[in-house]
Amino acid sequence: MSASTTAAAAAPAKRRAPSGRRNYARSYWLFAAPAAVIVAAVIVFPWVFTVYMSVHDWKVNGVTPFVGLANYAKMLTDERFLWAIVRTLFFTAGAVIAPVVLGVWAAVTFANNFIGRGFARTVFVLPMMATPVAISLVWTMMFHPQLGVLNYLLSVLHLPPFGWVYDTNTVIPTLVMVETWQWTPLVMLIVLGGIASLPTDPYEAAVLDGATPWQRFWHITLPLAWPFVVVAAAIRVIDALKTFDTIYVITLGGPGTASETLNILLYQTAFAYYDLGYGSAMVVVFFIIILVITLLLLANRQKEITK
Amino acid sequence: MMSPARARLHRLLGKVGLYFSVVVLVSPAILFFLWMLSLSFKNEADNTAYPPVFIPSPPTLDNFVDVFAKNDFLTYTINSVIVSFSATGLALLLGVPAGYGIAKAKAGKAAVLILIARVTPGLSYLIPLFLLFQWLGLLGTLTPLVITHLVITVPIVVWIMIGFFEGLPGELEEAALVDGANIWQAFRHVAMPLAQPGIVVAMILAFIFSWNNFIFGVVLAGRSTRTLPVAVYNVLTFEQISWGPLAAAALVVTAPVLLLTLLMQKQIVAGLTTGGVKGG
Repeated sequence: MSASTTAAAAAPAKRRAPSGRRNYARSYWLFAAPAAVIVAAVIVFPWVFTVYMSVHDWKVNGVTPFVGLANYAKMLTDERFLWAIVRTLFFTAGAVIAPVVLGVWAAVTFANNFIGRGFARTVFVLPMMATPVAISLVWTMMFHPQLGVLNYLLSVLHLPPFGWVYDTNTVIPTLVMVETWQWTPLVMLIVLGGIASLPTDPYEAAVLDGATPWQRFWHITLPLAWPFVVVAAAIRVIDALKTFDTIYVITLGGPGTASETLNILLYQTAFAYYDLGYGSAMVVVFFIIILVITLLLLANRQKEITK
Repeated sequence: MMSPARARLHRLLGKVGLYFSVVVLVSPAILFFLWMLSLSFKNEADNTAYPPVFIPSPPTLDNFVDVFAKNDFLTYTINSVIVSFSATGLALLLGVPAGYGIAKAKAGKAAVLILIARVTPGLSYLIPLFLLFQWLGLLGTLTPLVITHLVITVPIVVWIMIGFFEGLPGELEEAALVDGANIWQAFRHVAMPLAQPGIVVAMILAFIFSWNNFIFGVVLAGRSTRTLPVAVYNVLTFEQISWGPLAAAALVVTAPVLLLTLLMQKQIVAGLTTGGVKGG
């Protein structure tokens, strides 16, 4: 992201360099060659091979006839698949909005100086570093309808027990809550980095003018830090679409298929039913969805910057 | 203009509001991890008691003993260590020079590939790689895990190192080149020592995200080649009701990562802020 600015800054210096020096650009590529080979093998090869498999009827240990676009056509009428897309988008909307709002709040809070700030920030970051499977297991125990600590806490507050992940209506919001708990710190870190880089003079002027903290946030911090909020939101969108570990461990797509997102359905299709051809076609579609959304977000970001 | 007394009141209210925000923001994390500790140090009767028992009395290590006795957790720990260390080490070996090359060649476009890798769902690598490893007869060994973990670690290392090498002033290397060093020497003896803090950041983050990875293990690992996250998930499926060992197992898996985060928080925060990195 800083590539272009650094390059631009370095350009004049380069021109001043003594003439007749060798051009090293070609040699520098050699540094990247070993990594490029690995990337080609473990990242590019799977992409290509997935596309190849997606046009075949590919089940494990069987013949694999070419079927053209049949796998893709099947998706259009596969209700389970279409519902998975709807659920994924629903989950993603929640898992982006909540962490971004809370993350901005957290960033503004942690931008202040207060006693124990370093420690508080570290604790705040722990959920995103902790092993997702481990935290998912603990959440699962907390959601238990009879013995779970969350329903106990509700009963202390004289509230009725909640269905959490055991109720088809509340399972996705509950998973959104887990995702929010886990990933708000990432939004906080990115936005905090942005706030730290802001100039201080607008604030000094605002304080002199008697602006309230809220006015300072709304009219100075938020507009200036907005590009960072957009980046954080973009990263959240991508990660939320791909969420796997927590949903797999906590619900495995259940109850029924109430929380079966694309990633979970994909896993089931490929590794529970071993329908690798159809699974590959889903991967391709899933990848295209993610890529289109990413490009839209990046285009949006370009506009933000040029504005 | 406000009177001094009112100004002081406002400042006090601001302070109260700030600490209130901090407490509200931090408590979900604190309470969660305290509850995790509580579950793993309580005996089974207390863990299934209602209303719940909050403080283990007396605290017991039985759950941890149970985890290591009933499951082959020692093997799984060794597996995790081998996989994460190999994947991180290989990624540094490949990724640090690559980051340098890309930064020096000003090949911002190459970074796009890394970005796409970051965007791709981990599952989409798995179907073809699963077949590939099956054909090669590698399923059931640790090799497929190390190789697939490179999908996580290499992009993290390359991404962080590009940013780091771009931020370094080029004069020292140019001086070395003028003095007759070749570019490998300039990299090895000038740029790399300067980039050491970046290498540390890349190493920590690559290690953590490899250690935490679940999806590759769940598909590719056999009975004896499970990594810790997969092993812990299996404790859930086979012992649904015993919460103590389950929480203890979860704590065993994630404790190294939490400790690393607490100890290296400055580096980790620096790395995450630049890249917005996440594996899988």
